[in-house]
Amino acid sequence: MSSNPLRSQVIQLYKNLFYLGKEYPAGSKYFHTKLKAAFMKNKDITDPVEIENLIARGEFVKKELEALYMLKKYRTLKRRYYDEKKW
Amino acid sequence: MSAGMRIIVGCKRVIDYAVKVRVKPDKTGVVTEGVKHSMNPFDEIAVEEAVRLKEKKIASEIVVASCGPQQCQETLRTALAMGADRAVHVLVEPKDFAVMQPIHVSKILAKLAVDEKADLILLGKQAIDDDCNQTGQMVAALLDWPQATFASKVEKDGDSLTVTREIDGGLETIKVSLPAVVTSDLRLNEPRYATLPNIMKAKKKPLATKKPGDFDVEIKSTQEILSVEDPPVREAGQKVESVEELMEKLKEAGFVKS
Repeated sequence: MSSNPLRSQVIQLYKNLFYLGKEYPAGSKYFHTKLKAAFMKNKDITDPVEIENLIARGEFVKKELEALYMLKKYRTLKRRYYDEKKW
Repeated sequence: MSAGMRIIVGCKRVIDYAVKVRVKPDKTGVVTEGVKHSMNPFDEIAVEEAVRLKEKKIASEIVVASCGPQQCQETLRTALAMGADRAVHVLVEPKDFAVMQPIHVSKILAKLAVDEKADLILLGKQAIDDDCNQTGQMVAALLDWPQATFASKVEKDGDSLTVTREIDGGLETIKVSLPAVVTSDLRLNEPRYATLPNIMKAKKKPLATKKPGDFDVEIKSTQEILSVEDPPVREAGQKVESVEELMEKLKEAGFVKS
């Protein structure tokens, strides 16, 4: 099991998502609980193709989170510094 | 200048934009201890623009600089993770940091630009903590370089830059010769996220620590903070039962003629 070449990829994905989750608007605890549950749910999957698919999904979530943070920051600054009516 | 520009980007460490800022009970400032800090969002936009210029091979080196306490190094690491090449941290002692003003930072950045033979200085238009909007303008004045503030688009054009600026009710396009100072507005670009793997890689990038004295700058207070206060709280509203009562209240408050 530990010789599975996908193992390190999965661990990296988990670390990256955990790092991103620290800034989650609803709180890091909320995100980290869900993150762990999501990974634990699939812990018994052994089919490499299926694991690859799940990793791809994780990568997608990463991109979504980055976009979410970017938009949240942009909108907050726009509200604070620019006249709403003009734009 | 055909070999590619050397860009200096200023990165200020400020209280994170999402944090609810609290005023200290003695009204001398705001609470910063134990509060999450991050890079000034407008500076993030400036870093992103520099990285994009490097990706287009217009720039050859990006140097990021920050003036402030030890923790500024985290801010600089973020900038390095976004794609800057090396960092200069100007360590300011806490007692000096308390009275540091944009003029001091401007003098340091101007000296740094000369020392590093920079072709372009990219800064955020203002910081979200003091909202001064002075540093870029003062750096340009100290160096006697042209300035393009509130940039929403930057394009290289031979030995000069064509910059689109956000002005009241529209856009202005100007051409500035290099070297120049450009400050970023919100719509210049969408900054990339400093991912964990990139933060790790950034730890290997060079970071030099200097003192204000190395730039012949003495941090001396030129102004005194008299009082820092919360914005006024919105007064509570009240419910009325009927139109008559509403009219009565409006008349009382003098909003309608009786």
